[in-house]
Amino acid sequence: MSAGTTKLAVTVTEVTPVNELVTRFRFERTDGGLLPTFSGGAHTVVEMKDGDITRLNPYSLMSDPMDQSAYTISVRRDDEGRGGSLFMHQKVKPGDQMVISYPVNLFALDLRAKKHLMIAGGIGITPFLAQIKQLAATNGRFELHYACRNPALGSYVDELTAAHPNNVHVYFDDQKQAIDLENLLDGQPLGTHIYVCGPKGMIDWVCAKARDLGWPREAIHYEEFLAPQSGKPFEVKLAVSNKVITVGEHQSLLEAIEAAGVDAPYLCRGGACGQCETAVIGYDGKFLHHDHWLEDDEKASGKKIMPCVSRFEGKTLVLDR
Amino acid sequence: MSTFDFPPSITSRPTYGTLEPRAGKFHLMIADAEGAEAILRLAEADPSLMGKSHIMYIPGETGDRFTAKLEALAPKQLYVGPSYTAAVPRLRRILQDAHMGLQVYLTGTEGLMGQAMLEATTAGIPHTAIQTEHRGSVARRMQCVHCKGITENVITDPFKCSHCGLNLFVRDHYSRRLAAFQAVCIDAEDPGNVPPSVELYT
Repeated sequence: MSAGTTKLAVTVTEVTPVNELVTRFRFERTDGGLLPTFSGGAHTVVEMKDGDITRLNPYSLMSDPMDQSAYTISVRRDDEGRGGSLFMHQKVKPGDQMVISYPVNLFALDLRAKKHLMIAGGIGITPFLAQIKQLAATNGRFELHYACRNPALGSYVDELTAAHPNNVHVYFDDQKQAIDLENLLDGQPLGTHIYVCGPKGMIDWVCAKARDLGWPREAIHYEEFLAPQSGKPFEVKLAVSNKVITVGEHQSLLEAIEAAGVDAPYLCRGGACGQCETAVIGYDGKFLHHDHWLEDDEKASGKKIMPCVSRFEGKTLVLDR
Repeated sequence: MSTFDFPPSITSRPTYGTLEPRAGKFHLMIADAEGAEAILRLAEADPSLMGKSHIMYIPGETGDRFTAKLEALAPKQLYVGPSYTAAVPRLRRILQDAHMGLQVYLTGTEGLMGQAMLEATTAGIPHTAIQTEHRGSVARRMQCVHCKGITENVITDPFKCSHCGLNLFVRDHYSRRLAAFQAVCIDAEDPGNVPPSVELYT
């Protein structure tokens, strides 16, 4: 299969509950070899074979990017989601063999920056764990501002504050602590880059404030993995492979295309990278665009769709795939 | 009018826009000679800008033609200096103390904009975030690729390197790292066969 990146056969060697909602998984190569190094902010796409359903979900790598013995990811349980995180939490046990993708980085540090200002919300902390290890090894200058609900749900708070007491600032929502964003941004020396990972509201808040304060677009980085949303089932005609497929309620369009045996390109599976962009040949209905790759005019044109997260409602949809 | 439309050229050649007011709490404007006109126009577009602006101005051959007008804008701070070189320590200090959100506006000759751009990017501002507007002379700051010497204010092509004396051809190939265009020996294969010098863009 040419889609995605090269695959790695791995064995789950540790499953560690971090708190009530988050569990950490450690993967080592099944053949005993070394894993590729990566760069902080990279993610891997984990293949989950759950009975007849195959899910491919991206998770940020949180281990040391130079540690080739194992990768670790942290998965937050989402009881309302499409089931990927529940599968990881309930079905995956040490000793299980799984397939993950080579690391892909859509949230890399800009190493031209003189200082890295990281803003994390909840499980959005994971890419920063790897980035901080990368920066610590090279004496990079960073500051982390990490908002989480309360101490019990603050994944890796203790570990971070112990290792970097002067660089890590933690805010607990339950204690009414909040990031003083305007003052924080105002005080940054020239050459600072911002990195945000967390809920959409937080990303929008930080990006908008930074823009209002005159920060250059090139110095603002964010990562938001969009999980594909469930929706009404719909039918799609794939013109090139001459197939008619049905996208299930909890299935993404990309997953349905793959389930039909059609090799479709992808990378992030979260509406960010643009790899799965697909041309629309004809349609009668309404697009539900969920990605943040296509520009608004492209979304309105009805000529393109990102099948990893976007859906369709209506009579017919014909794709160039 | 002090503007000039540069003909399209290779990708390496810098292109310039028109200064526009941007959001931000602190604004740094650096201009030489007729660049003052672009600042006057900017102040007209958004008068509230001046209260948070530091203007660094090098009048050069325009003398005091624009200085009174710039003073009348009542910027937060106005520096009028004899040369770019003289202004560099001040510029570096401003950039060292500046915070993110600083807006940089460069206007005037290519040599001034290029060198100030180099200081600003070295300080950590992405070059794409710095506004520029060309005004005044089309003279260039050239580096001789043979002896590496810089000749300022080159207005004719070919010209003689002010360091090694070679006859040099003025290229559009630009180096952001050196803030200079590249000049290459024009008579290397047939020494002495030098075409007559013409003024740039005539």
